[in-house]
Amino acid sequence: MPALPVPRPRRMSPLARREARWGLLFLSPWVVGFLAFIAVPMIATLVFTFTNLKLTQTDPLRFVGLDNYAKLISDPQTWDSLRITLTFAALQLPIAVLVPFAVALMLNSRSLRGSDLFRVLWFLPYVVPFVAGVLIWQSMLNPDSGWLDQLLEAVGVTNPPNWLNDPGFIFPGLLFIGIWGIGGGIIVNLAGLKGIPSELYDAAAIDGAGWLGSLRHVTIPLMSPVFLYVIVLGIVDVLQYFLVPLVLNNGTGEPGGQTLFYNLQIYKTFFTYQDMSYGATLAWLLFAVTLVISLVVFRASRRWVYYAAER
Amino acid sequence: MVRLDEPAATPATPAREEPAPSGSRLPRRPRLRRRTAANAGRSFTLTFIGVVLLAAFLSPLARSALVSIKSPDQVSQASSPVWPADPKVIDYQGKSLTVYAVPLDGGERDLALLTKGRASSTFVDPQDLAAAPITWVGSWRSLTPVWTFAPQLSNYTDVWDQVNFPRLLLNTILIALISMLGVLVSCTLVAYAFARFRFPGRNLVFMLVIATIFLPSAVTLIPTYTIFVKIGWVGTWLPLLVPAFFANAYDVFLLRQYLMTIPREMDEAAAIDGAGPFRTLVSVILPQAWPVIIAVGIFHFVYSWNDFLLPTIYLVGHEDLVPLSVGLAHLSGLHNAQNPGMIQAGTMLTILIPIAFFLLFQRMFVRGIVITGVEK
Repeated sequence: MPALPVPRPRRMSPLARREARWGLLFLSPWVVGFLAFIAVPMIATLVFTFTNLKLTQTDPLRFVGLDNYAKLISDPQTWDSLRITLTFAALQLPIAVLVPFAVALMLNSRSLRGSDLFRVLWFLPYVVPFVAGVLIWQSMLNPDSGWLDQLLEAVGVTNPPNWLNDPGFIFPGLLFIGIWGIGGGIIVNLAGLKGIPSELYDAAAIDGAGWLGSLRHVTIPLMSPVFLYVIVLGIVDVLQYFLVPLVLNNGTGEPGGQTLFYNLQIYKTFFTYQDMSYGATLAWLLFAVTLVISLVVFRASRRWVYYAAER
Repeated sequence: MVRLDEPAATPATPAREEPAPSGSRLPRRPRLRRRTAANAGRSFTLTFIGVVLLAAFLSPLARSALVSIKSPDQVSQASSPVWPADPKVIDYQGKSLTVYAVPLDGGERDLALLTKGRASSTFVDPQDLAAAPITWVGSWRSLTPVWTFAPQLSNYTDVWDQVNFPRLLLNTILIALISMLGVLVSCTLVAYAFARFRFPGRNLVFMLVIATIFLPSAVTLIPTYTIFVKIGWVGTWLPLLVPAFFANAYDVFLLRQYLMTIPREMDEAAAIDGAGPFRTLVSVILPQAWPVIIAVGIFHFVYSWNDFLLPTIYLVGHEDLVPLSVGLAHLSGLHNAQNPGMIQAGTMLTILIPIAFFLLFQRMFVRGIVITGVEK
């Protein structure tokens, strides 16, 4: 939305003051919630990182300076789990961007018959509660009775993978489970595609562009803000990934420690080891990593994201 | 990966050019017959590919629905059919015999196994029980049983009793609806503030709202958890319900984007007629905003129905208060290996209501999202 240029007088008129008061009144639920559930806890967590806080405190509570940070740097588990999370993110993000875009292109195509029904059915798994989705896919990926391996066997694969119990196949297995989450991305992409003015396609056709040409020169540039949105939210999400393995194997890290995601370490530190101060330090590192990666993406986006309004 | 280049490689006109509801469409050029034929072919190919991909995408759902109505015996047998079935048995002189497909000289016949033997077995013909038993040479274990269609509801009744399903369902619905009410009221108010009122620092505050999306929930969890322990809220629904009444960034953003597309003329007319800001919200804005309100409502409903981590953390040890997601995970931890049919019956029961809810409102839902858009 382009912001309206509003001249700001030095002193507010009584009318403007009244408007501002009403605005702040309507805003107040968020302000209270922000202070109570975000700002104050966030600062508290930061303070915890400099203490030796435990859930059941046995040693006297005191400031320990940067001890937690030193522990974090020297803890191989931290870096291992960060590596696992980033590797998974690098595999999952392209899927989270490309598959919804491709599906939305298909759903938006004039050539597709019954596109309304298709749209509803493609979106449907998005409303399947995630625990149920995990259990459904776990059954689907079963090496004996699952349809995927039965299909692979039918086409001649002699030893189809044990997706969820083989360290070499657990990431593809998790990606399969995650594929049901693309509904939100489909809707966002579809909204973006519907927002592209059809004159641009007409112009491209007059210039002799085929389907591929207008995809490359019209659709993709105009969809770039949507891609940025999907990428950034995808990064925030995938860096916190751990619930699927938690349901699959109760957070044991099986198979072969391949599912010891970073956020899982945080929750284990909190609730299993009850080490609040170290968990807080891990949480702040996650926040920092999220911020840094997001900022890098935003900065790089200036080169490839096209905003129509800036023409 | 979805391949779209094949069917639509040479479109005469761009793939997009939806008939806009307003009717503002360029007059279509008259087309050659040849083109129309090509279009029909392309349309068929794309729709066909669409059906195949969709079938693959939804196949786990179909599979689980089938597993949920299979008996545990069938699930444990690798050679059993895809559809729910029982081995066919017949009554023979007070004994029940299993029917197998036996390859005989004159072709395969369905015969009931009378005596099992390592090298040869005897069978009776179910069509003609009075006839003398037939001896067949070979290991009976190599034979495939004959199956009859037999869907079972026992998995459903088992789950219903085992996890106290009605109670968990009620918990889930109450948590979802109460928090949905909180989200809709609070987020609409906040979005209204951003969309219609000028106040100092508005853009900065809006940036701050958006910035909270980037905050991993682990960063705020521990102090919040500690406070909830101290004030005795752990073991109640309050940690799941109360924060919903204080707005959240995603829903505020969606609502605000939509409200900004509603023309101000009607607000101003209402203001001239003497309506205050609150009255304007209720009688002018809300009637026009219901597509996005329904969209946000469904989003939150699905989110709440999904939520697993917070109920696990705050309701641990209170089996009678947990929602379905927690009960289902618990059930799978107990029975996953023994009875997949029961687990899948549990998943089917869990997904039923969100899917019904979505199908009921899907038109408005999709419209609300599509109109809102994602600029910025």
